[in-house]
Amino acid sequence: MSVRWKKMALTGWGRGPAADVAAARPERAADATAAVKKAREEGAAALARGAGRSYGDAAQLAGGRAILTDRLDRILAFDPATASVECEAGVTFRALLDAFLPRGFVPPVSPGTAFVTVGGAVAADVHGKNHDRHGSFGDHVEWLDVLLADGRIVRTGPDTEPDLFRATLGGMGLTGIVLRVRLRLLPGSPVLQVRETRIRDLDAFFAAFEAARARATYSVGWIDALASGRSLGRGIFETAEFVPGPAAPARKPLRIPFDLPGFALSAPGVRAFNAVYWRRVPKAGREGLRGLDTFFYPLDRLADWHRLYGRRGFYQFQSVVPDGAALRAVREMLETVASAGNASFLAVLKTLGGEGRGLLSFPMRGVTLALDIPRAAGAVELMARLERISREAGGRIYLAKDAAMSAATFAATYPGLPAFEAALARFDPQGRFASDQSRRLQIGRRAA
Amino acid sequence: MSSTWLVLGASSAIARAFARAAAAQGADILLAARDLVDAEATAADIAIRTARRAEAVKFDALDEAAQDELVAWAREFAGSGTLNVFLAFGTMPDQAAIDADPSLVAPTVMANFTAAASLLHRLAPVLEAQGTGAVVALGSVAGDRGRLKNYVYGSAKAGLHAYLQGLRARLVRKGVHVVTLKPGFVDTAMTWGLPGLFLVAPPEAVARAALDAAAKKRDVVYAPAFWWGIMTIIRHIPERIFKKLNI
Ligand SMILES: Cc1cc2nc3c(=O)[nH]c(=O)nc-3n(C[C@H](O)[C@H](O)[C@H](O)COP(=O)(O)OP(=O)(O)OC[C@H]3O[C@@H](n4cnc5c(N)ncnc54)[C@H](O)[C@@H]3O)c2cc1C
Ligand SMILES: NC(=O)c1ccc[n+]([C@@H]2O[C@H](COP(=O)([O-])OP(=O)(O)OC[C@H]3O[C@@H](n4cnc5c(N)ncnc54)[C@H](OP(=O)(O)O)[C@@H]3O)[C@@H](O)[C@H]2O)c1
Repeated sequence: MSVRWKKMALTGWGRGPAADVAAARPERAADATAAVKKAREEGAAALARGAGRSYGDAAQLAGGRAILTDRLDRILAFDPATASVECEAGVTFRALLDAFLPRGFVPPVSPGTAFVTVGGAVAADVHGKNHDRHGSFGDHVEWLDVLLADGRIVRTGPDTEPDLFRATLGGMGLTGIVLRVRLRLLPGSPVLQVRETRIRDLDAFFAAFEAARARATYSVGWIDALASGRSLGRGIFETAEFVPGPAAPARKPLRIPFDLPGFALSAPGVRAFNAVYWRRVPKAGREGLRGLDTFFYPLDRLADWHRLYGRRGFYQFQSVVPDGAALRAVREMLETVASAGNASFLAVLKTLGGEGRGLLSFPMRGVTLALDIPRAAGAVELMARLERISREAGGRIYLAKDAAMSAATFAATYPGLPAFEAALARFDPQGRFASDQSRRLQIGRRAA
Repeated sequence: MSSTWLVLGASSAIARAFARAAAAQGADILLAARDLVDAEATAADIAIRTARRAEAVKFDALDEAAQDELVAWAREFAGSGTLNVFLAFGTMPDQAAIDADPSLVAPTVMANFTAAASLLHRLAPVLEAQGTGAVVALGSVAGDRGRLKNYVYGSAKAGLHAYLQGLRARLVRKGVHVVTLKPGFVDTAMTWGLPGLFLVAPPEAVARAALDAAAKKRDVVYAPAFWWGIMTIIRHIPERIFKKLNI
């Protein structure tokens, strides 16, 4: 089978520096095998790429071979009795919803956009707004088929080749190409009962989360990252449960046809936007029905919304800090951002319930804060300061968002790293799979 | 009454998109491909997404001896419903590779023209007998004019176009409609990584155009439609100039 490479420039969702790659786009598993083999013959490293919704440099590899999975998009089996689905890795959450929401099932864990692929969700072991209740994506995976560097396709699960399973889940594509996934869905409906509360400051936010943790299935906080002083940490807290109901009408996506000029992102502009967003919810809070799409994927209606940050792009900083240290660390992070005046739209606060099954899974029991940092002057220093706060509080930074972490912080905050590197030494001894991120973080380069 | 599409060359991205779209409109699907494992994956996908009947069958267009059996199986699969045909198989080897190895000429013409014509000729009586139904076959803008860079493939498609004209005239008398679909550049494995592409269309757009053309009983359709304009210009360039162009 002949493999044709296409020259492309790839960047992450945050639109950082692009990587020139030669890309193959397999239409079926055999094409992927051929592409990995060809990359090996050419002495080039390879990397899977899904929908490119990771923010940083995790899904790109300068000078390497990208294996694009978007055409591996078939749903292969469904068992309604166990709600278990088998699909190819390029199937998106949107496709799962289209197929299974009418039957009363939803993805067990959903990131904030439905454009993500199942392969990408496995590779980052993604979490949603229900982590306390349902864990992360990998907790719902029965098995994976992974195409390894030597061309073998190995089926791996918690009890079959468990080392490969634990390394692939959250392993950011470094063990090989996930070709197929078997996962279990959860019951769901097109409508949720959503309770929105205005929160005046950070203490109130933490109290609200603590109270909701055991009761609510879904919870999320939106913080006005520019509010400071007594309003620091003010925002809106949402909890939600599925309720039976008819589908909300689908709305056409709005497009951002061009990169917004820099001034649109000036601190006053963003401050005004954030304030309006906060006042949207009445003081006393409100409760009502909301469509699944507007609750889980509020940004998906704005196709290409990342262009809002202009041509230079942005970082997303996301870290999780263990419960005990979280309030202080999150406060310090928000103070740091507010005083830097580097305008960020809403920041997102969530609680996480515990560790994931992957060696490099992001979650731990604690609180996670995510915020956008435009790549303006001072952004690099700001990211470094946030990184230090997270590290000193015993937290870690999410690889799916990361574009700036130091190798030292990574090694110090991911305790599963030695076991992960031991797995790489076994399944990819020659380092055939790599990413710009894995090179920056020096993954696999320490002696295993 | 139920309707079935027999999709020939089902591993093509255009065929996959077409099969999904046709099933979403309520048709049953029989996928014929030489990679049975792949066609079975698409069949499962369609059955799950649309709850229509979808099956796969092994099919090599160059194996003429197997064509009668395929036709019989398609007739049986369609049962008392209407059988329709979507013909997507084809190959486009690099012209330079063909120039270097003339033994590639025959298989290219066989896959794109001979096999298509002989299979459609076996399907014709079945379609005539049912007195309704549609055939959509994938020609190409490349068949509108022989070009330096692609004339073996282009000439096979030109042959297919002429064949389809005749078949159209034959079948229209029995209530069966034939569409010649001429895509421009489509984003598939056939064109992936090739230099010099422009205005590349997603396979889904071509699939929609195909269904639309069948429903509206259009005869010859460019997909996307603006290729009609481009090809009108290209067809009108005088040969004495055209022969010197490097396209
Ligand atoms: C608006 C928005 C909201 C988000 N919200 C959340 C959230 O709430 N929670 C959360 O956890 N994440 C969230 N994310 C991040 C996103 O879920 C992850 O980055 C996810 O990995 C993206 O999947 P993808 O298909 O786009 O993969 P890509 O970005 O293309 O790739 C991400 C990584 O996965 C690897 N990979 C992709 N496919 C495969 C495969 N088939 N085999 C092996 N490795 C593969 C790549 O090599 C890369 O390392 C959000 C992203 C956006 C843009
Ligand atoms: N892509 C374009 O820009 C473009 C433009 C105009 C017209 N077209 C036409 O559109 C059709 C679909 O092509 P595509 O673009 O989707 O490319 P493609 O993926 O290469 O599809 C062609 C399909 O034909 C199949 N095929 C080839 N020889 C066969 C044989 N002897 N028996 C059975 N199947 C055979 C191939 O099967 P395998 O997968 O098993 O190899 C392949 O799936 C072709 O007729 C092509 O000429 C394409």
